[in-house]
Amino acid sequence: MLSGGFQERNLMTDRKKPKRVSLFIPCLVEHFLPHVGEATARVLARAGVEVDYPEAQTCCGQMAFKAGHHRDARRTARHFMEVFEASDFVVAPSGSCVGMVRKQYPVLFREDAMGLDRAAVLGRKTYELTEFLVKVLGIIDLGATWPGRAVYHDSCQLSRGLGVREEPRVLLSGVHRLEMMELERAETCCGFGGAFSLEFPVISEKMVEDKAAAVVKSGAQFLISAEPGCLMNIGGYLEKQGEKVKAVHIAEVLANRAGESWK
Amino acid sequence: MEVKTEQFKEMAAKAACNETLNRTLRHAGESFRALREKGFSQLEDPEGSRRRGHEVKDRCLSRLPELLRLLEENVIEAGGVVHWARDASEARRIIMDLVKQYGVRTIVKGKSMMTEEIALNKELTRKGIEVWETDLGEFIVQLAGESPSHIIAPAIHMNREEVACLFEKKLGVDYTEDPEALTMIARRVLREKFLGADMGITGGNMAVAETGTLALFENEGNIRFATSLPRVHVALIGLEKVVGTWDDFGALLNLLPRSAAGQKMPTYLSLITGPKKAGEEDGPEAFHLILLDNGRSRILGDTVLRESLFCLRCGACLNVCPVYERAGGHSYGWVYSGPIGMLLNSALLPPGKARDLAFASTLCGACAEVCPVLIDHPKIILDIRRRLSEDPLWKGRLALEEVLPMKVYAWLSLHPGLFRSAALLARTFQTLMTSSGRWKWLPGTLARWGEKRRIPLLKKPFRTRWPGLEKAIRGGRKKH
Repeated sequence: MLSGGFQERNLMTDRKKPKRVSLFIPCLVEHFLPHVGEATARVLARAGVEVDYPEAQTCCGQMAFKAGHHRDARRTARHFMEVFEASDFVVAPSGSCVGMVRKQYPVLFREDAMGLDRAAVLGRKTYELTEFLVKVLGIIDLGATWPGRAVYHDSCQLSRGLGVREEPRVLLSGVHRLEMMELERAETCCGFGGAFSLEFPVISEKMVEDKAAAVVKSGAQFLISAEPGCLMNIGGYLEKQGEKVKAVHIAEVLANRAGESWK
Repeated sequence: MEVKTEQFKEMAAKAACNETLNRTLRHAGESFRALREKGFSQLEDPEGSRRRGHEVKDRCLSRLPELLRLLEENVIEAGGVVHWARDASEARRIIMDLVKQYGVRTIVKGKSMMTEEIALNKELTRKGIEVWETDLGEFIVQLAGESPSHIIAPAIHMNREEVACLFEKKLGVDYTEDPEALTMIARRVLREKFLGADMGITGGNMAVAETGTLALFENEGNIRFATSLPRVHVALIGLEKVVGTWDDFGALLNLLPRSAAGQKMPTYLSLITGPKKAGEEDGPEAFHLILLDNGRSRILGDTVLRESLFCLRCGACLNVCPVYERAGGHSYGWVYSGPIGMLLNSALLPPGKARDLAFASTLCGACAEVCPVLIDHPKIILDIRRRLSEDPLWKGRLALEEVLPMKVYAWLSLHPGLFRSAALLARTFQTLMTSSGRWKWLPGTLARWGEKRRIPLLKKPFRTRWPGLEKAIRGGRKKH
């Protein structure tokens, strides 16, 4: 659980609160989990910020970058930087996409001083959803309700990549009627890894098999994560194997209020 | 050692389906992780210690030529002989010359990954020299005719029953699964070999330049034996093992045994400065130190790959790697395995030779999180991937099906309208290829993905939902 110091440090009483946030909707959310994008927008609106959606956004370039194709990734990244240039804050419901912008754009533009500057500016204002809510807005309770038992899956890109481990947990601890359970080997990768799961199908399956087994063993009804990729991987596995556990994005949980139905 | 890195995919897939191996590696990983955690929890400032380790390796590698010359000077001063080997064949030739020079017939070895790099045992056996691995794990692996599958636990891939069968078959002893009894059998066999050996060959964990001292870490005492009993001791180390001072040594001593097995100190720590001196009773008559390059100087000047030379060979990154846990060490196809194996095999073998290894990672970062000298494996893996896709020296001929989709995707990403149209096209395809939410046909790799997972369907994209959603949340805001 969080120490008092953590909350104090992150309640931004001394800085002016952000008023406007631009949604950065990752490709997987745009096309496969659009309801997660909707939930993200609702959560942010409820947190008191004005939400916009720059419609020219396409992709952050992560897939090309991780395949080693930097030239192609740079073209996509330049477009992305242009699209979000005017935004005060950029928020995405994915640790891996935010990690791409914040951590990897500086690698992509290491030999281009102008690109590097733009990347640094963009990186400083780009946040993952739970990180933004807790660290920037200082919110820990959104008045959400989610009846049931759940486990939280740390995505590697969010926890190790961005160091965001406590923020989602503190937000979940504020959700009414939600009981959080222990997940064995919670810190271990689920085996998605984007193209990895296509190129090394057997290893990937063994990894997700173990992860799913731990989820089932926990007795949870819901698997909550802040990462679309992990959700598609673990959720898809659980569903195909006929398990009852449902994979949901943390934005869905946080957006849900008693007596409200928006889905 | 024969290079089989190109067979990673097949070997790893096969290993991942071997239930016995899975179980063995899972349990071994669990114990090692617990040991490491315990070891680091005893440090006052674990992160500071790791930063210091990083700093020591960084500084010593920056001064490598100078430190190596100083090391050579001091080893000679202490009565030892120093040899420089450019590659594996030079190192083998040097050792064969020494074997001839000293009339050696039997050799006992301490655990050494370097001698795996130069495939020494094969060469010695070919020339009719009897050679015995004396580390228990190495001994088991040697009897089985295999190679080590883990940096510090060579036989980690074998369970108790397998070792029992092996000993029964190869040593003609009664079948027993009792670890203590098995160890006693190995001990009895090896004791005789120690007593009859003319030469001991070991690796080395560090070499301290300021005094010309070789440091060896072990838990079984076999290295102590191999370095003190035979007439001649030959140590083979990589160039990167040299540190400047005892202070540097102390910083790394604080990390290596802890990271490997949760120990403050190894059970045996041998510090060897030259051969037996006049008036001393124990120790070899001659001490030879072979400094092997084998590709290291090539990556020393490479700002990214250089960091892989920081490695202390503790094996911690293997013990946390979810891919290693399923693939096992042998799948990596050369001397090193796991996350550090991805880096070292890629860096030390000809560029591009270990292509698949660089992609056999989810970039989960568990390795970097435990590395005692803060090697950033994911960063280096990503850079190797860049080389494999863009660097003329590394990439070879890329298949069109690998390059073209990236180009098309990048181009589409610059044109939001077309990007949207492409998604619409994909949804049309989906309508044709699905019935009641199930795919009737998909391209091979995607269909494979769907064997164990439900493949999600493309939905009406977020973009088209935004106008309505925007109204709803704006309205909601006004109400509050």
